[in-house]
Amino acid sequence: MADRRLLSGNEAIGWGAILGECKAFFGYPITPQSEILEFLATELPKAGGVFLQTEDEIAAVSMVYGSSMTGTRTMSATSSPGISLMQETVSLMAYLKVPSVIVDVCRFGPGSGMAQTSQTDYRQVTKGGGHGGYRCIVLAASSSQECCDLVQFAFWLADRYRMTVYVLTDATIGQSCELVDLKTRDFGALPDKDWVLRGLDERGGNGQGIHPHMWDYVGYHEDMNEKYREITENEIKYESYRMDDAEVILVAYGYVSRMAKGAVDLAREEGLKVGLLRPITLWPFPTNVLRELSLQAHHILVVEHSSGLLVEDVECALQGKVPVHLLGIWGTHRRDSSGIIYPERIVEEIKQMVGVA
Amino acid sequence: MGEGAMIKQQIVGKPKAVQLDFLPFKFCPGCHESLVWRALGEVIDELDIEGKAIACLDIGCSGILMVGLTVDGIHCLHGRSTAVAAGVKRVLPQAICFNIGGDGSLGAIGVGHVINVMMRSDPITTIFLNNSGYGMTGGQVAPTSLLGLRTTTTPEGRDVQSAGFPLHLSEIAATMTGTAYASRVSVHTPANYQKARKAIKTAFQKQMDGVGYSIVEILCACPPNWGLSPLAANSFVEEKLIGEFPLGEFKNVDKIEHTFDPELKRVGRVKRG
Repeated sequence: MADRRLLSGNEAIGWGAILGECKAFFGYPITPQSEILEFLATELPKAGGVFLQTEDEIAAVSMVYGSSMTGTRTMSATSSPGISLMQETVSLMAYLKVPSVIVDVCRFGPGSGMAQTSQTDYRQVTKGGGHGGYRCIVLAASSSQECCDLVQFAFWLADRYRMTVYVLTDATIGQSCELVDLKTRDFGALPDKDWVLRGLDERGGNGQGIHPHMWDYVGYHEDMNEKYREITENEIKYESYRMDDAEVILVAYGYVSRMAKGAVDLAREEGLKVGLLRPITLWPFPTNVLRELSLQAHHILVVEHSSGLLVEDVECALQGKVPVHLLGIWGTHRRDSSGIIYPERIVEEIKQMVGVA
Repeated sequence: MGEGAMIKQQIVGKPKAVQLDFLPFKFCPGCHESLVWRALGEVIDELDIEGKAIACLDIGCSGILMVGLTVDGIHCLHGRSTAVAAGVKRVLPQAICFNIGGDGSLGAIGVGHVINVMMRSDPITTIFLNNSGYGMTGGQVAPTSLLGLRTTTTPEGRDVQSAGFPLHLSEIAATMTGTAYASRVSVHTPANYQKARKAIKTAFQKQMDGVGYSIVEILCACPPNWGLSPLAANSFVEEKLIGEFPLGEFKNVDKIEHTFDPELKRVGRVKRG
């Protein structure tokens, strides 16, 4: 019998961790992420896992690193400023090829910003985030169901490619409650973790963690480029909505994609041929998909709750062949941090763009 | 193992947990880390924990020390080895986890993690090397630098107004409930070396007995950054360093006593899903 529950996005992240066989969670409270911490403090020990609230996000990600080195499935969750604090260790894990899952429930930035919703972390997480020119896979959830499923997928990807996978949500997704089918997802076989350190008695060996590429930095970057190419070939995920005859293509992710879906329906009622492309993997970005879809389109409208970060990847994909418009943070219904972008505002923008206003 | 290595083994009487290919010792002449290295190797042998020891190595000379041990080692960022060790121990409680770091790693950039593992009583062991300055980066002032000591970033000597007073981490550790063992030792004479070895062994034993957090601070000579010959640096430990940083055991308990007030379980906020 299906286990169906009403869950906030944050609780669904917690369930995703448990169903994904996460055995250690280290984190620090920050609004709007704290429910993940509170949920796992209760539930993870029951599932045989370790939970610890650490002194800060730096300690949290350091412990994620240490525990993952033993082969344990481990994760942390935070919100925007916490993501910044974690970057040095995320960079180290990229260098040492250590799997980890990090959830970013994005809040308004920059700086300490405000705890309300936004999408201002796009560039940071999709371009690596820290120093050294590495990449992380980024999965963008747009519902409680996806929070639960994508965390499980993130663990699989992290183990498959030995790297950090971000699950990016936002305050709106994190705090909204929806029905979720709690289902264990199977993504296929994974390679043996022959690199773990658990003491000489079990497996491992001295030096694993100590500058494995010290004498071949070029080789490291070549290897990683090869891996990034493989991921780009195999792991791109997206959803296209009412795209068949679309002449206007909306591009949006996270909570904004839900608003954009509403906008597509509203616009279609008025006879406008509008569709939505929702990237689920923000890196790797569905560049080719967008390029092909754009062949039929007269206009591309990027809708995002930020100053224009996703739009950079869209422009890069389309190479100036189709006009790209942006409805950014100025599309929110209030000018303080409590504003959100509503479908009606998106429809208004579409009309202006195609000249039917 | 080559013939040359065999000879080295006979001469040195090398501990099993010490890697031969790290010989001859790769640090500066007169550096005390070779002695810490040997002491660690001997203790790991004596306690027979080579197979379950995991070392977390901080950044700096002290971190490189690990390359010379046979046990599993995890490379950590500057200051983070304490948190990494705590993370390893949480998921692998049967491992003997220790971190090695200098006074920059554990006294400055990572001191917050050290205080927090003490607070949480994480059963890990910290080997804290205090050489009164930054070694690897070339002699800048550390929290442990002696007052008046000339460093590259206190060219007129460490002054109180700008750089404050030396940090006494072992004494701080002793004030923390979660600490099972805290001691400061040196390795500048054979007698002190034996005491240091014993302290490291006791610290590991506290972890193996599950008592709580343990820390051994080891005073080390750093001849190049002190601008002294190896011999003079050795005397400097005796004459100056110990003056500021007295040797001894600051805490040694077999059980951490604590009480719970059962009433408190009924107070406070509970989140119900």
